[in-house]
Order: sequence, then C-alpha cells, then structure tokens
Amino acid sequence: MLSLDLTARRGEFELRARAEFGTGVTGILGPSGCGKSTLLALIAGLLHPERGYIRLADEALVDTQQALFAPAWRRHMGLVFQDGLLFPHLSVRGNLRYGYRGLPPGERRLGFETVTDLLEITPLLERRPAQLSGGERQRVALGRALLYSPRLLLLDEPLASLDQRLKEQILPFLRRVKEEIGIPMIFVTHSQEEVDYLADHILPMTPGRLGQDLAPAR
Amino acid sequence: MPHLGLSPEEWQAVALSARVALCATLVCLPLGIGAAYLLTRRGFPGRLILDAFVQMPMVLPPVVPGYLLLLLFGTQGPIGGWLKTHFGIVIAFTWQGAALASATMAFPLMVQPVRLALRMMDGRLEQAASTLGAPPWRVFFSVTLPLAIPGIITGAVLCFTRSLGEFGATMAFVGNIPGVTRTLPLAIYSYSHVPGGEAPALRLSILAILLALVALLASHLISRRAERLLGYRAHAEP
Repeated sequence: MLSLDLTARRGEFELRARAEFGTGVTGILGPSGCGKSTLLALIAGLLHPERGYIRLADEALVDTQQALFAPAWRRHMGLVFQDGLLFPHLSVRGNLRYGYRGLPPGERRLGFETVTDLLEITPLLERRPAQLSGGERQRVALGRALLYSPRLLLLDEPLASLDQRLKEQILPFLRRVKEEIGIPMIFVTHSQEEVDYLADHILPMTPGRLGQDLAPAR
Repeated sequence: MPHLGLSPEEWQAVALSARVALCATLVCLPLGIGAAYLLTRRGFPGRLILDAFVQMPMVLPPVVPGYLLLLLFGTQGPIGGWLKTHFGIVIAFTWQGAALASATMAFPLMVQPVRLALRMMDGRLEQAASTLGAPPWRVFFSVTLPLAIPGIITGAVLCFTRSLGEFGATMAFVGNIPGVTRTLPLAIYSYSHVPGGEAPALRLSILAILLALVALLASHLISRRAERLLGYRAHAEP
C-alpha cells in the first residue's frame, strides 16, 4: 500500500524511517517526541524530507532523487490532527463539507448522512466549533477527513487531548470506521491500550527511528 | 445637502477628502493584503527590502514620498510622462493624485494589522485545508482571508482615517488647489492663514475629530462582531 524510506530534519531533530504499510489499521507506537507527528506530516505532504521516497500503491508521491514532491492537496489523504483543527469560522456542516465539496461526485465514496449518522454528529450540524465539547470536536474532525474519501487516513494522536471518559467514547467510533468503511489507516499514539484495541499491525517507534533494521539514533 | 453651518467651500473640502480617502482605501486593500501575505507566509529573497519599503512612508517626513511621487508621476516624470503620452492621463495636481499620495502614506497602516492577524492565525488551519484537497488559492480565500477579517477591517479603517488626515505628501505632489486637491487638512491649513479664517478652521477641525472618533468606534464594533462570528470567543449554548 504505502512504502517509504526517508530522512527528514527539523532543526536538531533527525528522523530516519523505513517501512511498508499494508491495508487495515497500522498503529505506530512510540513515546512523545519520537517524531510520530513529523512522520505523518511527511506522509501527508506538509513537510519535505531531506532525501528518500514515499510511494502510495504504484504512485510516487515523493522522490528526492527525481526532485518529485506532490503537494498535500494533490495526495488525497485524510489527516486528523491531535486537536481537531476545525475551521472556527465555519459551522460543523461547513467543516464537514470542506473536502467533500471539492470532490467530483464520482469520487465521493461515502454519503454525507452515512458519515454524520455513523459518528452521531447529525444534531450538531448547525453549531460552531467553539460550541462543541472536546469529544464532539474530534468526531467532527474525523468526519471531515472521512467525507473527503481519502485513499489513506492518517490519525495523529486523535485521542491525546481527551480525558479517559471521552477516549472511551471515541474509540468505538474509530473501530466502526475501520470495520464499516475499511479505509486503510495509520494511527499514531503513545498508548499501548489504543493500538491493542484498534490496530491490525503495530510498528514500534524509537526517538528519531522507525524500522527495526535501522541503527538507533545517537 | 445638510450644511451644519459649513460654507460651500468647506463642504467641498470635506466631500473631496471623503472621495480621496475612499479611493486610497480601495487601492490599499488588495495591495495591502497581498503585501501582508507575502511578508508573513512566503520566504523569498528580498523580503527584508520589501518589508523596509512597506514601512518607509511611516518613518519618512511625508513631504519626501510626496516629492518622489511628483518626480515619478509628474508630467515630466518617467511614469507620469508615459501615462500622458500613451493614455492622456495626468495624475499630478488632480484629485486622483491626492488619492495616490494618501494611499502611499496610509499603506503601512493597512499592512500592519493584516500582518498581525496573519501571524496570530494558527497556520495549521491552512495545512488542514490543504490536506482536504484545497489548492493554495482556495486555502487563501476560504481560510486565510476570512480568519484575517478583523485585521483587514482595522487596517481599512486606519487607512481611511490616515487618508482623511494626509497633508504633507498631498501638498508636495498635487498642491493646494481649491475644489481640486484642497482636502480637509489643507483647507484647515489655508483658513488658519487668512484673516477671519479662525471660525471655519475650528469648525473643520471639530468635524475632523468627530469623523476620526466615529471611524474608530465603527472599527471597534465591526471587528468585535467579526471576532465573535469567527468563533474567537467561546459563547454560551444557544
């Protein structure tokens, strides 16, 4: 599905990653600050690697040797941020429709109601993000990414900003997305519990390193 | 027209000022937003030079930009001469010239609040938009611009009021011609120099103060409303 081998640098921090991701849910498990968010930003196209490649199926998204870099908006992936990042000036409906609206109807794999029902956010559609609770906000963020019918869904610690009760409220939704929609997902977290519950495959990550055959960071 | 105790000549100055300030603001709006965007979102060679150039009118004696405009846009100047021979357009010593002088002087005041708004904005919202398939132009119009609205309003109001008060550059570039380039501040200046001009000078000064107050109040109310609409304040459940 997705394969990558790259080196990226952010200030002093260096990330080396080499991995193959299959279908289903891949959980990347590692401590805070090991570069998990950097890795997702690289896959989503928000950061440029120093060198290396990223391929999705047969399509090269990044290849520094050929000076190839597909910008984020051409990659057709969904990214759910840790804090949701809903657009504060749009209603929940406006947020949900943001990516959906830009898709040609033939590429919309999920109906609007299907997603709002699945995530139980239909009663919230006319609200503003400022009027939502943390758990509602994350469900809307997830719905916004799903409605964009991404080829791959990237989840950047989507539960980290929530308390235990809310986590338990969202996890079943993620499982439903996995079981009913079947979009391949890469799920990044520092919680063993979450990957055990959700992931089909687990990749451990150490500071600055993803991939077991790589030398550990200095 | 309500006269409020103003003579026709005084009204002429007020109306001219309003027209000049409005045109200057309309010119500054798109250019100022563009400059603020370039200065906060794009790294490019020569950014510092553009930055300094944008700030320049704020720190120079106003007569200097006015004089430079005269050199460039005067009928003998490189741009003014070209406009005259090819399009028959003359800017120097016209009200359009007064608007150009005002726009030049007010430009930094348009740029600064927009720039601040862009810098305060969470840039990751723009990234979120791009991961939802929005090309850069759509990100700009659907996320960046609406979220910068409070700064844009503040900038436009400051630009408008600064243009109402423009004096030095206007005087140097287009002179002080009654009914053509004699704006409110120039009229006050002229009245204060003729015998018996104290009363009109005072009336126009009070009017200028009132206009400035109204503009500031309006900007405050509008941007507060915009901030609420943009969800900058948490509000109670409906």
